[in-house]
Amino acid sequence: MNLTVNGELRAFPPLADLTALIAELGLDRRKVAIERNLEIVPRSAYGRTKLLDGDRIEIVHFIGGG
Amino acid sequence: MDGTQQVEDTWSVAGRTFRSRLIVGTGKYKDYAQNAAAAEAAGAEIVTVALRRVNLSDPNQPMLVDHVKPDRFTFLPNTAGCFTGEEAVRTLRLAREAGGWDLVKLEVLSNTAHLLPDMEETLRALKLLVADGFSVMVYCSDDPVYAKKLEDAGAAAIMPAAAPIGSGRGIQNFLNLGLIVEQSSVPVLVDAGVGTASDAVLAMEMGCDAVLMNTAIAEARDPIRMARAMKHAVIAGREAWLAGRMARRAYADPSSPMAGLI
Repeated sequence: MNLTVNGELRAFPPLADLTALIAELGLDRRKVAIERNLEIVPRSAYGRTKLLDGDRIEIVHFIGGG
Repeated sequence: MDGTQQVEDTWSVAGRTFRSRLIVGTGKYKDYAQNAAAAEAAGAEIVTVALRRVNLSDPNQPMLVDHVKPDRFTFLPNTAGCFTGEEAVRTLRLAREAGGWDLVKLEVLSNTAHLLPDMEETLRALKLLVADGFSVMVYCSDDPVYAKKLEDAGAAAIMPAAAPIGSGRGIQNFLNLGLIVEQSSVPVLVDAGVGTASDAVLAMEMGCDAVLMNTAIAEARDPIRMARAMKHAVIAGREAWLAGRMARRAYADPSSPMAGLI
C-alpha cells in the first residue's frame, strides 16, 4: 500500500492500522504523536485506526528547541 | 538568625508552582547529554522543546526524551518556526498528544531575519488556543499595549523578547519592559535576547518573574559553567528585587561616621 509519511510517498506492505505502521517503522509509540489526514490520532486509538491507500500520515516527536 | 520569617519564594503559572525562575531551552547544544547537564546545572524545572517530524530513515537517532527526561523537567512545547496561527495551533495540538499536557509556549514569527513576533497573528493564535483549553505562555514584543491585549485574551504568562532570539544583546527597552511588569497580573518572563549573566540579573531586578534563555548557555564556551552562572544571576536579581535597592543619590554619602575623627 502507498502512504505519504512525513511528506514522503512510500510503498509499504499491507498494514492494518497505525500500530502496524509504527512497528513497521521501528518507532516507540510512547515517544511520538501522529496525525492521519490532518486529524490527530490519540495514542489509545492506534490499534483501531485503519490505514487506507493514499493516507497522509505525520509522525512527530519532541526535539531540542528554545 | 534575625528572626525574619523565610517564606519559600515560588512562582506559579497556570496553577503549577515552581521554585526555579530560570527556564532553559534545549536547542543548539553539542548533544543531548550536554543539554541535560546544562539544564541540571541551571537548576531549571521547565525546559522548552520543539516539535518536528521523526527522522524515518534513522529511527535509532538519539532522542531528546532519553536525555532530558519528562519526569525530571516540565516540558514547555514551543511553536518555533510557525508563521501563522493555524500552524501554531496544529503544532501544539500534536505536542499535547505527544506529551499529554496543556502548558505551552506560543511564538508566531514574522520573518526569519529578526525572528520578532507577528503580534497580530500571535494574538489571534492565542485566542484559538485558549478556546481549545491550552494554558499559553506567550512570546511577544516588548510592547505594553499588545502585552495587555494578550493578558486580556487569557495568556498564562507574558514573555517579551529582551532582544531578537539568539542575538545575545540583552534588554533593549527597559522602559517598556518596566511598564509590562507593572501592568501585568500574570507572570512576566524575559524570553530571548539574554547574552550573559548580568542581563538575567537586570531582568530579575526589574521585577520579572522568571527568565527564559537558550543560546546564552548553549553557545557559551563552557555551557555547563554558564548555566550555573545564570542560575546564580537569576537568584541574585530576584533577591535584589525582593530586598529593594537603595535610593540613588547625586552625591557621596560616607559609610564611616564623620564624628569622632582624631
